[in-house]
Amino acid sequence: MKICVCLKQVPKKDSILRIAQDQKWIDERDISYEMSEADAYALEEALRQKEAHGGEVIVISMGPERTRQSIKEALAKGADRAIHLDDPIFEQATDAAGIGRAIAAALKDEGCDLIMTGLQSDDHGFGQVGLIIAERLGMSSATIVMEVQIETGSVRVKRELESGWFQWVRVPTPAVLTIQSGINQLRYATLKGIMSAKKKELREVKAADLNLTADDLKPLQSIERAYVPEKSKQTEFIEGKPAEIAARLVEKLRFDARVF
Amino acid sequence: MSEGILVFIEQRDGALNKTSLEAIVAAQRIAASTGDKVSAIVLGNGIANVASEVAAKKLEKVYTLEDDRLNEYTPDGYVGALKQAIEKLSPRFVILSHTYQVRDFAPRLTTALGKTFVTDCIAVRVDGSDVVFTRQIFQGKINTDVRVSAESPVFASFQSGSYRADLAEAGAAAVEPLAVDMSGVTIRTETEPKFQEAKQAVDLTQAPLIVAVGRGIKSQDNLPVVQALADALGAEIAASRPICDNEWLPMDRQIGSSGQTVAPKLYLAVGISGAIQHVVGMKNAQTIVAINKDAEAPIFDIADYGIVGDLFEIVPALTEEIKKAKG
Repeated sequence: MKICVCLKQVPKKDSILRIAQDQKWIDERDISYEMSEADAYALEEALRQKEAHGGEVIVISMGPERTRQSIKEALAKGADRAIHLDDPIFEQATDAAGIGRAIAAALKDEGCDLIMTGLQSDDHGFGQVGLIIAERLGMSSATIVMEVQIETGSVRVKRELESGWFQWVRVPTPAVLTIQSGINQLRYATLKGIMSAKKKELREVKAADLNLTADDLKPLQSIERAYVPEKSKQTEFIEGKPAEIAARLVEKLRFDARVF
Repeated sequence: MSEGILVFIEQRDGALNKTSLEAIVAAQRIAASTGDKVSAIVLGNGIANVASEVAAKKLEKVYTLEDDRLNEYTPDGYVGALKQAIEKLSPRFVILSHTYQVRDFAPRLTTALGKTFVTDCIAVRVDGSDVVFTRQIFQGKINTDVRVSAESPVFASFQSGSYRADLAEAGAAAVEPLAVDMSGVTIRTETEPKFQEAKQAVDLTQAPLIVAVGRGIKSQDNLPVVQALADALGAEIAASRPICDNEWLPMDRQIGSSGQTVAPKLYLAVGISGAIQHVVGMKNAQTIVAINKDAEAPIFDIADYGIVGDLFEIVPALTEEIKKAKG
């Protein structure tokens, strides 16, 4: 079983986000990065399946130099080797179509049985890249996956539907699965894992290696302006010592909101 | 020449997904500026009722696409059928609601057609010859205006609640069957019956008062702090997704896109940051109170009353005060 996990590196969850000067993205100075949460669960699921069934886990990520930190974390957790799409040309691929095209091109000849990725990233949240790869590589797919059972020539997965409904579906391999956050317990990298990661293969791939030009990856949709959302409500902040806050809030709830 | 707007109508077992009506409203908004005619398309088998329900809206046509291979939803079936329908109808825009089903097939469809897809939008406006979509990034912390420079059709999906379904203009549309050739479409997915994990023991949609708890509670051992507040208020306790994932509370207490959608009189959010997946499930509450240590948490954007501080100090004080007030 050869499983590839697509990882994205995103600003840490608790980052304080400010709009950049050009108002097209966030100000990336002073931001620390981490693996996007759902991708971390996809990696964990891949590692567990490998431990149960044998095989190989490959991680792939596209992004600048800093992305290596997340790739190395994945190797330290137990992935066998990594592919890093690192090229200024890739940085122009800012929509899902471009990202999906580049990753699909890089995985075309890998012969993966499964490709796993998070259901969406914590930054752009396109929720598209996994399925774009599936369509481009002619693989079957299942999204928002809660549980994975590997069979011979197929995989049976529990999909989350809306409003508390679920469904088991079976798709033939090779397949792309997009993984829901929280489906397993994430592991930490061990010291031994960190040491052994240093010896693992980390292959750098350039756009030219995939016969892709900047024109091929030109985004068809782009952020014209990024801004802090206007508040839909005027929030009244209540300040003071806990007892004062409690008294004032109860008064508001009683006489203004009339909830009791 | 492409023209018109096509709205994808979602149905499950012959029942209309109400968010499809919101998608119709989004399409009607675009049409009001561009002059395009809006049509809708329903896929499946035994969809006459859904089609006639939708046909009562101001639409040019409601296309129905019936085939045995569309009995059960599968991504291959929907991509195969919609690809042919869209090539035949050649619309300028295809509008969908951003449901779990749409997320399961639409990116494959747009890739197969070589078109761009703007997902999870919350608003749209027409600017000259361009359409500008608003979508949120960083889980609702930042909004972006997205301009599309692609050949039509442009695909866009709208987040649940972005438009009000009851604002869909009424009309009388013709229902027209659309023939597509499904013989070449291979369905790779085998489906099993849908099920609910645990019988929904609690129907939070009927609760007038809800106290909801999130990651800020840190550990299951701390839950009694919040339970005491709920008890004092006579409220139901609910939770954001991480709490139910950790099994600190059962899944039928979960509020949000994968849980229940509620609109109580009071929603008191304790240690919930307000990720968009949670907010869609509770933003229509009459009064929202948020207690969070992070002043920048997006939950404060929708709160009526905000308290920035340590929940472990504030919640017990509030519980005492409520007990006092209730005598």
